[in-house]
Amino acid sequence: MTKTTKLLTGAAALALAAGAGHAQDLTVTSFGGAYGAAQKEHMIDPYMEQSGANILFEDYGGGVAEMKAQAESGNVQWDVVDVEVIDLERACSEGYVDVIDHSVLPPGDDGTPAAEDFIPEALHECGVGNIIWSVIWAYSEDAFDGAAPQTIEDVFDTEAFPGKRGLRKRPQVNMEWALLADGVPREEVYEVLATEEGQARAFAKLDTIKDDIVWYDSWSQAPVLLNDGGAQIVQSANGRIFAAIQDDGAPFAMGWDDNVYDLDVWAIMAGTDKKDAAMEFVKFATGTVPLSGMQDVAYGPTRKSAQALIPEELQPNLPSAHTDEGLKADGIFWADFGESLGEKFNEWLLQ
Amino acid sequence: MTDSSLPEPGVRRSDALDRTDAANAARNERRRRGRAFLFVVPLLVFIAFAFVAPIGTMLFRSVYNPTTAALVPETLEALRDWDGEGTPDAEAMRRFAVDMKRMAGDRTSGQLAEEVNRLLPGTSSVVKSTARALRRVDDAELAANGDALLVEASERWAEPGIWRALRRSGRTYTEGYYLTALDLEMTREGDIQQRDTQIYLKLYGKTLWMAFVITVLTIVLGYPLAFYMAGAPPKVANILMVFVLLPFWTSLLVRTTAWIALLQTNGVVNSTLMALGVTNAPLEMLYTQFSTIIAMTHILLPFMVLPLYSVMRGIDPSYMRAAMSMGSPPIPAFLRIYLPMSLPGLSAGALLVFIISVGYYITPALVGGTDGQMISNIIAFHMQQSNNWELAAALGSLLLALILLLYWLYDRFVGASNIKLG
Repeated sequence: MTKTTKLLTGAAALALAAGAGHAQDLTVTSFGGAYGAAQKEHMIDPYMEQSGANILFEDYGGGVAEMKAQAESGNVQWDVVDVEVIDLERACSEGYVDVIDHSVLPPGDDGTPAAEDFIPEALHECGVGNIIWSVIWAYSEDAFDGAAPQTIEDVFDTEAFPGKRGLRKRPQVNMEWALLADGVPREEVYEVLATEEGQARAFAKLDTIKDDIVWYDSWSQAPVLLNDGGAQIVQSANGRIFAAIQDDGAPFAMGWDDNVYDLDVWAIMAGTDKKDAAMEFVKFATGTVPLSGMQDVAYGPTRKSAQALIPEELQPNLPSAHTDEGLKADGIFWADFGESLGEKFNEWLLQ
Repeated sequence: MTDSSLPEPGVRRSDALDRTDAANAARNERRRRGRAFLFVVPLLVFIAFAFVAPIGTMLFRSVYNPTTAALVPETLEALRDWDGEGTPDAEAMRRFAVDMKRMAGDRTSGQLAEEVNRLLPGTSSVVKSTARALRRVDDAELAANGDALLVEASERWAEPGIWRALRRSGRTYTEGYYLTALDLEMTREGDIQQRDTQIYLKLYGKTLWMAFVITVLTIVLGYPLAFYMAGAPPKVANILMVFVLLPFWTSLLVRTTAWIALLQTNGVVNSTLMALGVTNAPLEMLYTQFSTIIAMTHILLPFMVLPLYSVMRGIDPSYMRAAMSMGSPPIPAFLRIYLPMSLPGLSAGALLVFIISVGYYITPALVGGTDGQMISNIIAFHMQQSNNWELAAALGSLLLALILLLYWLYDRFVGASNIKLG
């Protein structure tokens, strides 16, 4: 191909793409990064090919603020959105996303009806489960000469394991971990945290390592902190550490003890005029094969039939293999206490 | 235009304008001004749409909170005479049970839950689960038995606290968000007292302090630089100007990220210090107040240098030479001649840097860690995470008021007319 023809084809492709932009059928919004790339590969692209629909795939940073803004202004631009269950609770009861009829979901590839194929938490009133992900702790193998940390207690033990702890700057997960490290059993964590004394206890535990904490804002900073020595142990979404180990050969190790796991779901924006097309996409994207593709970034599928498609040796990387050691993030608790604990947390940070 | 157009004493009558001429002149003048004003109209329209309207909306939102009042008007009406002790009368509770069912149907219970939860944390799930529980009960049953069904759905409805929170959230206009923004709250008796959580005043104080430090640092760095540039030969001055402008043209994000690369644990600065043997262990510089201040000083320096330089360029060097030739030593000559003449530039620069840094957001968010956060980061928190837009609006309005106050003080003591940008 000569340079000119290349240029011309390129221009033609662009023009086509621009034309398609006007005729696009759906706007799907998710978190971007390696996760978004995996979704594009396994869900968006195959669906466009199969259905002939065009999808505009956008990124956002999570939370319900943008949904609220779209709903309040009456200008709904998204059709389908990937939501963390912790936010879904709120988006659903405030009417930013639509109620979903789960009976239309297709059965798994092995014939199991959807209602049985999905894990129970995945079929939410307003969403269909996409992945199980988890907040884990991870450390750099170079950081500790002797024994490596094994438990959440070790993460809070700066004498046995000296070094900085990189934590995400928000109360979620940190409050839970503080109580767990202080000896509260997993099943009582949220009960204790709902009381004044329990909150004080969690802050007191966090106080013991306050000087050794490096706070960060975005998940992407976690592997960076480990890498450049800014922290010796970090809190991270499991996929980020997995990607660093897998793709960059980083000498990191993951700790699954008391991981806090949660689900992401596909939800349909209330007020979209393409509700049916949106549901078609959700039906496809939560099918057995597309869901099993999320293993690429080490997130577990929410369908049992998809879990079965994942090779045995990859299973231990997925949060679904570690739910016994973990705590399910409580969306209802955080809907109740997110704001008040957020304020207290900010106050504690400033002290 | 009337009196001044009358002939002055001693002016011959024939030279003066008669009334028609005066009126014509005045009309022409008005027309000319009107035409000139047309040039300003696009800007005024733009400001009205892009500045006045959004800020007005923000100010309004900080006191206007109609959600609860719009959702359960009749319940609020029924609660009006309740004394706040025990449970409200059964009629009000039944009325609320019917409202709850309706809200569960059109999925607005979450909005009410959020409003009540804001005043009484931990109740959002009570409201939502009650709405879910009542969704399938029929209306007649609710109207007859709603009070018992409410308490059956959650025991919290037997407590007065949740009803008080509900009633209080029903006030359409509220000063509550401003009280919160000032770390205050209103007690049941209507007294104002300090809240348990003390956070916002401290943050305002810290924000002002950091903005002050940054302003002083930019003066310390910028003044000598501008002074040198103003006196240097054009070639040198131009090169230095490029050094000032180049970072100015570089994206804010790029410059902040560059500071991350410099300051991080294994970053350029630490590696250099350790290679030189100054320290053994890396210093902690990133994610501190120090890094916020140093990065913001760097980013805001051009805002100080540019007005200073433009004013200093206009100062005739012969004044200084004259002062010194008359026997004044250099420092008094500088303090008494040069400094006062450069003040308009200095105050413009200081005001610019101070006001910009008070509202700074990205840099503290990226390099500030915990103690380098400013009030804007908390406003962003309430916009993006807690979704308490009303509180964010109140905090923002206070910040705006603070800046206007500072400007007013400045105008009183220094004089706004002394500002000179070029």
